[in-house]
Amino acid sequence: MLKSRILHRAQTMDGFRLGTGVFAFFLVLIVATLGWELWRQSLLSLQKFGFGFWVTETWDPVAGRFGALPFIWGTLYSSILALLLATPVAIGIAVFISELCPARLKQPLIFLTELLAAIPSIVYGLWGIFVLVPAVRALQVATPSALRQLPLFSGPPLGVGMLSAGVILAIMIVPFTSSVAREVLKSVPAAQREAAYALGATRLEAIRAALFYARTGIVGAVMLGFGRALGETMAVTMVIGNSPQVSWSLFAPQYTMAAVLANEFTEAANPLYLNALIEIGLFLFIITLAVNSLSRLLIWRMGRIGKEVVTLPAPAEAAA
Amino acid sequence: MKRALISIASVALLSSATLVAQTMQINGAGATFPYPIYSKWFAEYNKLHPNVQINYQSIGSGGGIQQVTSQTVFFGATDGPMTDEQLKAAPGPLMHFPTVLGAVVPVYNIPGFSGELKFTGRLLADIYLGKVKKWNDPAIAQLNAGAKLPATDITVVHRSEGSGTTYIWVDYLSKVAPDFKQRVGVSTSVNWPLGVGGKGNEGVSGLVSQTPGAIGYVELIYALQNKISFGTVQNAAGDFVRASLESVTAAAAGAAANMPADFRVSITNAPGAKAYPISSFTWILLYQDPKDKAQGKTMVDFMKWALSDGQKYCAALGYAPLPPSVVKLGMTALGKIKL
Amino acid sequence: MNGIARRQALSWLFVGFCGLSVLVALVPLAFILFFVLSQGLQALNLGFFTHMPTPVGEPGGGMANAIVGTLILIGLGSMFAVPVGIMCGVYLSEYAGTRFASLVRFAADTLNGVPSIVIGVFAYGVAVLPFRQFSALAGGFALGVMMIPIVARTTEELLLLVPATMREGALALGATHARAVFTVVLPSALPGIVTGVMLALARIAGETAPLLFTAFSNRFFTTKLNQPIASLTVQVYTYAISPYADWHRQAWAGALVLVSIVALCSVLARVATRRLERMHAR
Repeated sequence: MLKSRILHRAQTMDGFRLGTGVFAFFLVLIVATLGWELWRQSLLSLQKFGFGFWVTETWDPVAGRFGALPFIWGTLYSSILALLLATPVAIGIAVFISELCPARLKQPLIFLTELLAAIPSIVYGLWGIFVLVPAVRALQVATPSALRQLPLFSGPPLGVGMLSAGVILAIMIVPFTSSVAREVLKSVPAAQREAAYALGATRLEAIRAALFYARTGIVGAVMLGFGRALGETMAVTMVIGNSPQVSWSLFAPQYTMAAVLANEFTEAANPLYLNALIEIGLFLFIITLAVNSLSRLLIWRMGRIGKEVVTLPAPAEAAA
Repeated sequence: MKRALISIASVALLSSATLVAQTMQINGAGATFPYPIYSKWFAEYNKLHPNVQINYQSIGSGGGIQQVTSQTVFFGATDGPMTDEQLKAAPGPLMHFPTVLGAVVPVYNIPGFSGELKFTGRLLADIYLGKVKKWNDPAIAQLNAGAKLPATDITVVHRSEGSGTTYIWVDYLSKVAPDFKQRVGVSTSVNWPLGVGGKGNEGVSGLVSQTPGAIGYVELIYALQNKISFGTVQNAAGDFVRASLESVTAAAAGAAANMPADFRVSITNAPGAKAYPISSFTWILLYQDPKDKAQGKTMVDFMKWALSDGQKYCAALGYAPLPPSVVKLGMTALGKIKL
Repeated sequence: MNGIARRQALSWLFVGFCGLSVLVALVPLAFILFFVLSQGLQALNLGFFTHMPTPVGEPGGGMANAIVGTLILIGLGSMFAVPVGIMCGVYLSEYAGTRFASLVRFAADTLNGVPSIVIGVFAYGVAVLPFRQFSALAGGFALGVMMIPIVARTTEELLLLVPATMREGALALGATHARAVFTVVLPSALPGIVTGVMLALARIAGETAPLLFTAFSNRFFTTKLNQPIASLTVQVYTYAISPYADWHRQAWAGALVLVSIVALCSVLARVATRRLERMHAR
């Protein structure tokens, strides 16, 4: 079996296949090396801390005790918060553009939402520091003190914290989720909507039917946004407060995996510290890989269901 | 016309290439504590020697130590001297050279209060341990009778990355508060009980000036340049001293007499009536046997300039110049570098 | 309210919600662009484009070295990524059914989703540490690695859109496989590929994290590729988190220049597309 396959490959191999194949192989090599290096350079930490690394709260470079729980907590909290804020908005936009808006407005609106995706993350961070953080601080001060007693809203009015990070991430992921959701909705066969209208449905009910039909793809779009939020570094580190603590409060400064890598990488002086940081990088790699793969799988299945090729807007897909 | 343009362009390219080829670029990284004076020095030295570009990036003392150890930069800078372990991990013997003296001051942003507060080391330790939580706490009022302090929460600001400024700060607090030493310890990167992290002296200054109720620790010049209020600290002799050239120089006076050969010495909580208790030397790290001899020679020349002519730029930026005896020791030590 | 009226009301509410979400998304956009424009324009002057950074705390100075640095870095990145990406795209479209192609596609999509900070860590280990040198080349490598999957996937998708008859016609006329692809198929997909490359450029021009540990930064003007180099993004970051008001102003100006570069790339992409499409229509 294998011999005949090798023979066949040898017969069909030509300069062209080899030439372009080398580059393709190079791409695979880069990704494999990336994964391998991440693994190899976190071995010390993996061996020393094992699974406990992920549930320990202490991050103590002096004593050599490393626990990544605050970073996982911060990453998940900020990303989920961003999802909660962004998903309704993104789906609303997708529905509006694909179903409701007059034809003249379609292109300009699409252009504007994609503009959101084009703004560099550092500009979001800059705006975050000077506009969003003072606004959140003012919001905190204005919150009635009865509410401030709740763990969700406790803490001094710093401005930097989970809420700022969540809001910025939400703004950043809206365009991704909405453009994929739009594509997915396009692939819903017209027959579905027409059938709904024929049965006397209102616009809401027809759209609901379309959304239900496209639910796999919509979930995929949401997951894409989630994957994007997980890996965002610069805008988050500028507004989240960079404090490794596990806290429920929206106003507490916290830390994410990407932010700690950015801040502490250049100074990890001893091998264990460096390995612990790279282990966080490895985890970030694996988790974004899983989320993105799942999202692509769902969108692909949606495409299969709709019998139309749904393409991801690859150039606009950014995970800064 | 076209040919003329091409020939002009190629001449320009060639001449710029040769100019570029003669420029020596030396890369260094490390402490943010001395960044203002270092950037002034490198700019002035570049004016004197236009083909020498010393590119210094302030990424924190921890970063300086790590990058010079990995040899991705030619020299490092730190205000927390390297530990024996760190020195052993370096591929060759690394030497510390003191450059200036600086002070770490407690900065604060108290809504409605713009005066000068008195702190003791004990009080600062309690604030950073989370034991004193509000600005109107009796412990603060006790030292500052007559100051109208609001009931605002104290927001503790510290460094988010490995920092020599942190080292100086926790070194002092550990000397005056044993519970702080046990809970936090002395290093460039510690496990803070509470607070928000700012990146670099710059980040801490920024956070404190933007957050009402915040307290932080920064090098003196950052407080001066950004007009942030800072307090006086009680020294070992019991006086409340404000950080200044004189008080920092006083703190170094004792150390100058007993300087260890490798220059690694701590002058926090120094004895003496006028000494400012949170003072420190800051060092540049150079390999004793550098691989690139040309860069080594240039760097030694620079250091000689910095230790002599460079010292006159210190005062304007709030750093104290090195005592003459230390300068002499430094020059001798520079001779040990194998070129 | 009877059943129908209630359903209609809900429907209109929903329509209102969708319209509202569009506004909710556009408001921050307008807000951000407004701030970047107003704050940036205030600080923008000729000196910004021609001066180097001054010593800490001294006013004046500019970001000339950072602007040039960003242009050099995206140039390096595209020199690395465009050939590799296009060749990968060609392979993926020509041998689309094979298992290796699926693997390559998976690798490209994976790389596309890797957080840029992780790419920075990888580039540090591969392009900085072994050479013991922060450099513009390492920065270009990191940016290039991010560009490759975008260019590859765009090229693949566009090549697949070219009608099979073109390729078959060329082959029927006796062209070699390579000739058919590179002289017939690829040129007809060129407008889209150029768009894809320019959009990828726009994206990496705005990256900060991968440059932190590779290109590092440089307060001097340099075009040497084996030395650290300043970049707009890292410079804006450094200035933004500092306490100096003058640096904050320069950060906004830098952000404005950055957004302009990104906008320019996007506009150029569309212009190039239309131009090339017109050329091919002739």
